[in-house]
Amino acid sequence: MAGLGSACLLVGLLTALYAAGASLYGARSGSRAAVVSGRRAIYSMAGLMVTATIVLQSAFLRSDFSFKLVAEGSSTDTPTFYKFTAMWATQDGSLLLWALLMSLFSSAVLFATRRSLRDIAPYATAVLAGIAAFFLLLMVAWENPFTTLAVAPVEGAGLNPLLRHPAMMIHPPMLYTGYVGFAIPFAFAIGALIVRQTGADWIRATRRFALIAWTFLGAGIMLGALWSYAELGWGGYWAWDPVENASLMPWLIGTAFIHSIMVQEKRGMLKIWNVSLIVTTFVLALLGTFLVRSGILDSIHAFGASTIGAQFLTFIAIVILGSTALIVSRLDDLRSEAKLDSLMSREAFFLVNNLVLVGLCVVIFWGTFFPLISEAFTGDEASVGPPWFNRVTTPLALVLVALAAIGPMVPWRRASRSGLVRSFRLPLAVMAVTLVALLAFTNSANSPLALIMFCFVSLVLTVVSQELWRGTRARRTITGDPWPRALGQLVARNRRRYGGYLVHAGIAILFLGVAASSAFQDQQDKRLSPGESFSAGGYDITYVRPTAEVGRDTAGTGAPITFGAVLRARRGDEVTMLHPSRNFYPSQNLEAGPIGRFFEGEATSEVDVRWGLRRDLWTAVRPDIAELEPAIREANAKFSSSGNDVQAIVIAAIVEKYRNDAPPANFRAIDSPLVSWIWIGGAIMILGAMIAIWPSPEARMRRVTSIYAARLGKELSQA
Amino acid sequence: MEYIVAVIILLALVAVVVLRPLVLGVGEDDRESVSREELEAAKEAKYREIRDAQLDFEMGKLSREDHRAVDRELRAEAIEILKQLDAADGQASGA
Repeated sequence: MAGLGSACLLVGLLTALYAAGASLYGARSGSRAAVVSGRRAIYSMAGLMVTATIVLQSAFLRSDFSFKLVAEGSSTDTPTFYKFTAMWATQDGSLLLWALLMSLFSSAVLFATRRSLRDIAPYATAVLAGIAAFFLLLMVAWENPFTTLAVAPVEGAGLNPLLRHPAMMIHPPMLYTGYVGFAIPFAFAIGALIVRQTGADWIRATRRFALIAWTFLGAGIMLGALWSYAELGWGGYWAWDPVENASLMPWLIGTAFIHSIMVQEKRGMLKIWNVSLIVTTFVLALLGTFLVRSGILDSIHAFGASTIGAQFLTFIAIVILGSTALIVSRLDDLRSEAKLDSLMSREAFFLVNNLVLVGLCVVIFWGTFFPLISEAFTGDEASVGPPWFNRVTTPLALVLVALAAIGPMVPWRRASRSGLVRSFRLPLAVMAVTLVALLAFTNSANSPLALIMFCFVSLVLTVVSQELWRGTRARRTITGDPWPRALGQLVARNRRRYGGYLVHAGIAILFLGVAASSAFQDQQDKRLSPGESFSAGGYDITYVRPTAEVGRDTAGTGAPITFGAVLRARRGDEVTMLHPSRNFYPSQNLEAGPIGRFFEGEATSEVDVRWGLRRDLWTAVRPDIAELEPAIREANAKFSSSGNDVQAIVIAAIVEKYRNDAPPANFRAIDSPLVSWIWIGGAIMILGAMIAIWPSPEARMRRVTSIYAARLGKELSQA
Repeated sequence: MEYIVAVIILLALVAVVVLRPLVLGVGEDDRESVSREELEAAKEAKYREIRDAQLDFEMGKLSREDHRAVDRELRAEAIEILKQLDAADGQASGA
């Protein structure tokens, strides 16, 4: 089967090169047959990548250790659920996932545009094929996921325990879908530049793909944060880690792009800006893919060092230089068709929002790559930590949230004074009341930045509510529908607008959670013996008793040994029992001994969280198993030649010893107010994006013939 | 051996799919010279703008004068697109 997989890669590479060549030939010679042939080559490539993925996944599911990738990233005792995800835990598998998604996305967009963009699409096909060819070349020449071993081992190394979390099942594919999705508008932008058709056609054709990419990337980032919170054992959801930042940067620039293309669609403005944004987004997406595996920056998320760094950097350089040269050569075609009518217009605020988003990305880029920059100039690798990131990004985040409120209240082109007064009156009043209430009834004044954020969040939520209310009322005036129907019709007829507003509300709620949990959390680290207590936030926490289990990992990660604790948390009359634990996975290091290897392998925290809308109580335990070492050493010596059954009994006895006479364990407890609203806000954001993506009834074809003005009126009244 | 056989078979399958338009020619859809879909997309985008402006006016964000000016401009652009659509239909039926 490995031969079939490798063959798919080689034929896929040849097919991609053919697609690029045929499309370019068709575009230049005017041969439709060549263009169609190029497009069909992309469809074929998708079929090949699907086949290759099935071959690899079946090898993982069958635990076929003759595949090097399977032997290194899976094992017979890896739960099936995680065997399926093991493909993208490896570099080679990630490349295949990229190529698979790339071919599927490319096929989808080329099918959707098969009867439009006749001049642009062939060049876009060539660009998409070129990108796919790069990833296929990496696999064919350097990182073949179908490499086989001369002698297959009896057992595999197993999946990295840190990746055994449900969020990890879908986090990487979501991120990659986001990264790959941005290749679509990038390719069409390049095509539009080449043929000098720099109007809004390429935007209209690819806007939905950009939105899908943005949504998936955002969801992937959220899942990564959730994984960090629930799996990594440090209690946070965002550490300003290079790999986290690498995924955030294209999302930020993608956000700017999604806003600014509306200006080009409606006003024919910001053309240079838009093509520059999409090129930057795509380059950052490539950089994100590269960083997660390169090991050039220290990261808790970087899994393994890359052997293809030079190739990646070369490709990124080609994309940057080629795109920049193309943009510069087309400056005349990219001139704006209109001028800004007023600074108090939607387009002006979009521009400000863009500048803030780009500014945010620039400071994150600077902080992320500062270790490399400082090493290049001073020879010392210095890095900036989370406090620096928090300090520089918080003011920009505040401005962004404020703009999320202001933007929807301002119309396109120009706002009238009376209209502005009418729009701003209520939200500003609610914000003022919120401020007074927070100062009077909470300790928010202790954190002025959080207080400002809370006020801006109230502003956004009031604006969105007001927009829905006023829109529904206007619709009712026209149609006389009851309120719920009028609201439904309003959203259905204006999905982009109200989907976008819901995204704004989601972002605001997300920032509510970030601000509250950052400014007012209480974290306590204690070393306790059973029966001892400590306080975190408003909770009194008692270490009731230790736990120690063999083969009873409740998280389903396949860990053979689990040490933990039972905690009782009391807050007033409320009593909660928590069971944080730590899973121990066997080491492949035979020097640790047949018994010792079960205790000296990788360990992961299985945190226990009391989730709540008002606050989370997050707990983790780090059992001290050093006192078991004499027993482990003795067992290694006595039972090295015993059978597996005997060794299992000995391991169970050592685990029992911990349960009966546990030494003090280290605990971390965090009382985080409103942290759940981060996930709720993220979910609302994704829901809003889905509403905006969903095709509206107006997109259906309508063929009517009549006098134009009457026809216009008739068609506008439909849907 | 498995690898070489797989490469040959896959190449043959891909060749059948990819070379078909070069050998048998392209279908009706692919010969169509005027892109009606692009004009339809432009029309829908323009309609959306008109509706947006109308909604902004009804919600009090745009004054009556501003809305009238914006609406007139957008409708003129929409009519231009409708004319192009009709011309495209005429070309297609005449071809």
